[in-house]
Parts: sequence; structure tokens; C-alpha cells
Amino acid sequence: MKEITLRVFRYRPETEAEPTFQEYAVPLRDDWAVLDALNYVKEEIDPTLSYRWSCRMGICGSCGMTVNGDPKLSCGTFLVDHAPGPITVEPLRNFPVIRDLVIEMTDFMQKLGAVQPWIIRDESDDDPHTELLQTPSEMDDYKRYSMCINCMLCYSACPVYGLDSKFIGPAAIALAQRYNLDSRDEGQEERLDVLSDDEGVWGCTFVGECTRACPKGVDPAGAIQRAKLIAANEAVKAFLLPRWVR
Amino acid sequence: MTTGLWQRLHRQRVPLLWWTSRRTYLLFVLRELTSVAVVWFVVYLLLLVRAVGAGPGEYERFLDWSARPWMVAINALALALAVLHTITWFMVTPQAMVLKVRGHRVPGLVLAGALYVAWFAVSAVILLLVLS
Repeated sequence: MKEITLRVFRYRPETEAEPTFQEYAVPLRDDWAVLDALNYVKEEIDPTLSYRWSCRMGICGSCGMTVNGDPKLSCGTFLVDHAPGPITVEPLRNFPVIRDLVIEMTDFMQKLGAVQPWIIRDESDDDPHTELLQTPSEMDDYKRYSMCINCMLCYSACPVYGLDSKFIGPAAIALAQRYNLDSRDEGQEERLDVLSDDEGVWGCTFVGECTRACPKGVDPAGAIQRAKLIAANEAVKAFLLPRWVR
Repeated sequence: MTTGLWQRLHRQRVPLLWWTSRRTYLLFVLRELTSVAVVWFVVYLLLLVRAVGAGPGEYERFLDWSARPWMVAINALALALAVLHTITWFMVTPQAMVLKVRGHRVPGLVLAGALYVAWFAVSAVILLLVLS
């Protein structure tokens, strides 16, 4: 069987001060993704290799890596598309590396929580036996943004986040917009404090690479520009109108 | 003594020339840098308005100054940069602008097409004014 070379980023902090690259020859099978090749390396060649993965079907968002320079889900990136190789596999960019291909994601998780990505609603007037109905058009407004799987590929693609890690980032803003645009939600004002901050939507310079990197077609760049419009509208209203009119 | 996780993390650095590593990054940087050409045309317009306000003599001097080869070269370069600036913004506008007609989002191609049509229409009107 034909083989292809994986050139894998290795960082073993207990023995090495700096990262290195290690090459592995793996079978070049038509139906193998980079993740399958890494699993082959782990099981057959080198059990010390560390990386995250779970579902193998582009749902869990765990196996994001940099493959030949591009942020990709390793379960959806096929070896044959990169033949004859070698295929360079590195951790997601813009994040600290714990070990090999495993990145530290606390910063992202905190930012995600900061935008309150859940439905905020005063339920005191709601009838618990009545559904909150939406028209297809109302659902279309946010459905695209609800497809986010928190894989962080957009953070890896975003040069703004790479240069300034205080920037709240594409996925967190897209998820905030997912709820802001939901007709059942009333939390737009609560999220605005975080979104309209200097490190919120205004940090984005609209490079657009987050949208190209997204494996689920979420379009975080579009979400951020729409959030800018909302933030600007609210700022103008706050400046011109008395509180009871807004 | 064991070392804490935060001390052992490997921090990846963004290279100084990060914007050359990808075509889209380069286009983005060009889009931002070419805004200088737009600023130049605003300044040039203000100078023209000042010359017109100052009378025929000053206006003639402005025209002579504008006809110098180095000024023509600057304006030709600025025009090319401003066109690039406009096109790169038109490329991303449909992503940022959500326009709905009868509950349906207007497709990006239609929106971008409308921008180009408006751009050419305004340019044609200005050309007619200049040539007439």
C-alpha cells in the first residue's frame, strides 16, 4: 500500500524546551482523514503523541488542528487531498500549546461565557403551556449562527485575535448574535456591554478569514458586522433619545 | 519541584510578516492601506474648492499645478489604489449587509451587482459633467 508522510508538531515540556517536528509514514488510504492517520500513529507507531478528538464526524469540534497551514477539523481533512505529501500537522494557531497538538482553551471558554449564549427572557408573563412560536423567516435570522460547534478554527484564522488575545473573537460574537437575533430572546441589552466594548465587535477589522475557516458555514464575520450595526444604533439612541423612548 | 501548567505552555508567536502568509490577509492589508488614497482625494478636493473660492487666478494656478507630470502620476496612482479599495470593500459588503425583501434575504451577488451599477452610474454622470 502507498504511504504518505505526516510531519507532526511535537512539544513535550517535561523533556524539551522548544517544539520539534516528527515524521511518521502512514498508509495512504482513500477513506482516511488526518485524524485516522493520527490514530494509526498513536496505536501502531508512537503512543506518546497527544491530540484531542471525539466524534470523528465534524460535530464535536474537538479535533481542530493546523493542517498544511490551514485551520481544519482533522476528521474532515482527507489524506488523498494532500497527496503526495508530506502533510504538516500543527496545533491551532493563536493558542498556547499544552503538549503536542493539544491547545489551552480556557481563554475561549471564558469569552464564550461572557456573552451569555443562552436565551435570556423575563418569563413571568409567559404561559408555561404555550409554545413560543417563530416564523421560518424569524428562524432564518439566526439559524446559520446556531451551527457553531466551538471548534475554535475561527480564532486560529483570526489575525486580530493572534495579535491581541483580549479581542473577544469570532465564535463568541457569532453565538451572541445567534441569541440576539432570536425572536424569543430579550437579552440583547445585557450582551451589549461585552459586545460594544473596545475588545468586542469594534476590535474586528473585517479580515473575513474566520468565515472561510468555519467548517459549519457559520459566517462569524457577517455576524460581527451585524453586531456592529446594532451597537452603533444603540449608541446613537443612547446619545439622542431619553431613556423612556429607547 | 513540579512546574505549573502556565509556566510550561508553549506560546506561539505571530510572525512579523503574518499578512504575507495568505492571499486574503494581503488583500485585507491592501484594503486598509489603500484608504490613504481616498484621504488624498478628499484633500485634493478641498484644495480645489479653496482655489475656486479664491478667484480665477488661483484656480488657473491650481490647474497648472495639477497638470504637472508628478501630480498626474500621483493622481493616477491614487486612482488605481482607490479603485482597489472600492473593489475590496464591495467584495465584503454583501457579508456585512443583510437586506431583506418580502422576508427573503437579497442574494450577495445581487447586492454586489447593485453596488457596481450605482458606482458606474455615478461615474458616468461625473464623466458627462466633465466632458460637456
